[in-house]
Amino acid sequence: MASATSQQTIGPFWHGHAEKVWCDLTRFGGDTGGRRTLTLTGCITDGDGALVTDACIETWQTSPPVSDTFPGWGRCATDAEGTFRIRTFIPEDHPRQAPHIAVLVHARGLLKPLLTRAYFANHPMNERDPVLQSIDPDRRTTLLARPVGEGRWQFDIRLQGEGETVFFEI
Amino acid sequence: MNYRPHTVGSQPEYLHEAYQSTRKRSPLQPLVRLPPGCTEASGPVFSPQHTPPIADMSKTADGREAAGQRIVVAGRVTDEDGRPVANTMIELWQANAAGRYDHPGDTHDAPLDPNFPGLGRVFTDHDGCYRFMSIKPGAYPWRNHHNAWRPNHIHFSLFGPGCASRLITQMYFPGDPLLALDPIYNSIPDTEARRRLISTFDIELTLPNYALGYRFDLVLRGARATPFEGA
Repeated sequence: MASATSQQTIGPFWHGHAEKVWCDLTRFGGDTGGRRTLTLTGCITDGDGALVTDACIETWQTSPPVSDTFPGWGRCATDAEGTFRIRTFIPEDHPRQAPHIAVLVHARGLLKPLLTRAYFANHPMNERDPVLQSIDPDRRTTLLARPVGEGRWQFDIRLQGEGETVFFEI
Repeated sequence: MNYRPHTVGSQPEYLHEAYQSTRKRSPLQPLVRLPPGCTEASGPVFSPQHTPPIADMSKTADGREAAGQRIVVAGRVTDEDGRPVANTMIELWQANAAGRYDHPGDTHDAPLDPNFPGLGRVFTDHDGCYRFMSIKPGAYPWRNHHNAWRPNHIHFSLFGPGCASRLITQMYFPGDPLLALDPIYNSIPDTEARRRLISTFDIELTLPNYALGYRFDLVLRGARATPFEGA
């Protein structure tokens, strides 16, 4: 068996592949069944609280189902305020897990991507989601996007230190 | 899907002191393992219709030639069991021949090349093979430590079947004296795994009177054949 090729940092100069439309997963419109859109915004900070202005955020969600009109995948660069903004559809309810969006963080100083999940604060399924419930309650809030307006959710990411976001491995 | 654990030493840790930017960006808490079959076991599929290939970075779309040594790079993408990873998108980016990125954040005073945006995109074929043309990237200084220079390298980004197989890496060139001094290259503990990031000069791939050929094969993380094998 061969072992997987080693990861290396994306570095600070990858932005040529940050096509603006990739921030908007609703761009194809179409038959998403009148599902509501949401804007997920977040600020990324490092262990000193400094803004991470050269990160690449990638999001992946399998609901609503990925189709010709819904790519399921998004990419956004952080701006001078360390902030990313993704526009997508609210994930569907699922009988066994709470709605969530997978988030991969790439940046200078990250030798491999960091994986986290954005859940939605106050969603009734959160109490029964097996992944969310497996997390120490003190840290669980780092996985909850909070509502900041009609269809707008805030999901800040702290890479290191106090309030450090929960990161996952597969 | 139940992904194989990584081979010990084949991947860098998040914190690698010698690479200074990792010190404040690496998590301090242990990662939490996700269950098999999670959302992250699947991933996006890209098509040349939506994201057209840019297989020749050595010239602009209207034929103006970039400065530098022309190269042709080819290889094969497989998973850990040797199965080809077909029809997967490979994104590429690199510095120009003088060691400068066409990026507003790159302040190195080497010249920009108006004929070299430094971006490419190719897809593997049914057998996992890919190929692109470019120019050899230059080395460039960075501020990690005194007299720090990045070795010549091309960035590769691949998805494979899911987030678990997501790979971002760098292809290096044989015989580069800067490799031994580079904290990013040396962040990989295993010597052999590190060496596999160095492409191989290939005279068969080399185009007579035109471009030097380099071969670079990639292996994406694979799933176990059955969910409980070796568990």
